Amino acid sequence: MEIIKVENLSKSFGSLKVIRDISFTVNSGEVLAVIGPSGSGKSTLLRSITHLETVSGGTVTIGGEDMVRDGQYASPSQLRSICLKVGLVFQNFNLFPHLSVMDNVAEAQIRVLNRTRNHAEARARELLGKIGLADKEHSYPCELSGGQQQRVSIARALALNPQVLFFDEPTSALDPELTGEILKVIRTLAAEKMTMVIVTHEMHFARDVADRVIFMDEGVIVEQGPARSVIEQPRSERTKAFLSRFSSRDA
Amino acid sequence: MLKILQAMLEGTVVSLEVFALTLLFSLPLALPVALGRISKQPLIRALVNGYLLVMRGTPLILQLIFVYFAPYYLFSLSYDRFTAVIVAFTLNYTAYFAEIYRGGIESIPRGQYEAAKVLGLTRFQTFFRIVLPQVIKRILPSMGNEVITLVKDTALAQTIGVAELFRVAQNASSRQFSTMPIFLAGVFYFVMNWAVSAVFVRFEKKLSYYH
Repeated sequence: MEIIKVENLSKSFGSLKVIRDISFTVNSGEVLAVIGPSGSGKSTLLRSITHLETVSGGTVTIGGEDMVRDGQYASPSQLRSICLKVGLVFQNFNLFPHLSVMDNVAEAQIRVLNRTRNHAEARARELLGKIGLADKEHSYPCELSGGQQQRVSIARALALNPQVLFFDEPTSALDPELTGEILKVIRTLAAEKMTMVIVTHEMHFARDVADRVIFMDEGVIVEQGPARSVIEQPRSERTKAFLSRFSSRDA
Repeated sequence: MLKILQAMLEGTVVSLEVFALTLLFSLPLALPVALGRISKQPLIRALVNGYLLVMRGTPLILQLIFVYFAPYYLFSLSYDRFTAVIVAFTLNYTAYFAEIYRGGIESIPRGQYEAAKVLGLTRFQTFFRIVLPQVIKRILPSMGNEVITLVKDTALAQTIGVAELFRVAQNASSRQFSTMPIFLAGVFYFVMNWAVSAVFVRFEKKLSYYH
């Protein structure tokens, strides 16, 4: 079943075309990795589907509802409910520094989903336990390591029960020794059949965890297919050139 | 001496009234002005910009005179001097506070707004639950400066004949042929600002639980 359907999406900043006529789908329970050089439009693609950027044209359907069809957005109230089906984990976490870990995870549940505080806190504790931070609920973001902050931000997104979770380079702001804990959480979610779209530079991780990979360059999808075959036997010259930089670095 | 002291305490009460009422009105009023300054509506932005230019570009002493005498010359309306002082001070301080608020609001990273938006918070919720609490922490040092200046600026109320602390001290000084009352007034202002600083230190401590 398709959860996300993107058709002919385009996005320009002024005269700069960042996304050119992109189409793809994400199926329920699938993990999709988006790879490509910086400036290729990966993040803009993610930000367009999560409504942080206004697209220039095309259609985005989320859970069967049109967020935008042929460049025309749904009404504000429809948009709000459609956008709640997707969660986003940022590269820089973007936790709320003045709120405790508990309140970071509970705030939107209470304000947006109108859950009672008890209900929201119970859900938050469940998620904090799952990501291994049960003992940090009273801490503030500044007291946590980058990896712990990123885990909290994953819990914050999961708390609203999104149908799809997007990750925008979730380990890029972390020290190398901290990326493992984030990847572990994502692996756990993948095992639970959480639908996820991950923009990443971690090629091994993409190969091991993703079902499918999209390789983007200069605003278009150059190649897509099963993760293992795209990363291990790329067909396109551009994909090969991009991946060779990684393999030489990894070696 | 005791009489002078009593008169100066009465003057201090007037100064404190000007101080407290100015804060009472200008602290909340500055918020819509700050938002108007960064509004997407060019007309609102232009109006607010004009107001800020005038308020920050002319002396407060002149604004006091204008607020008190202009209605008289234009419409033959005269009104209470104390009210005029509060109106002029509020208009002036609202402008300065608004610019401090604006600086604070604009210093909040975009990521905070984006995180709030993705979580489905409304713009209203985002502003009051996420942005404003962080703004308050960031602007406290500048607000402390401004509030301390306000304590000293209350001395200008005498321009239109309101007998605040400094006017009382000057009167006593000329009656006594002594500068003593004026220096005594200095001690009064110093003590008041000491209290103001202490309050701000407390606020900052209270908000130091995160950075």
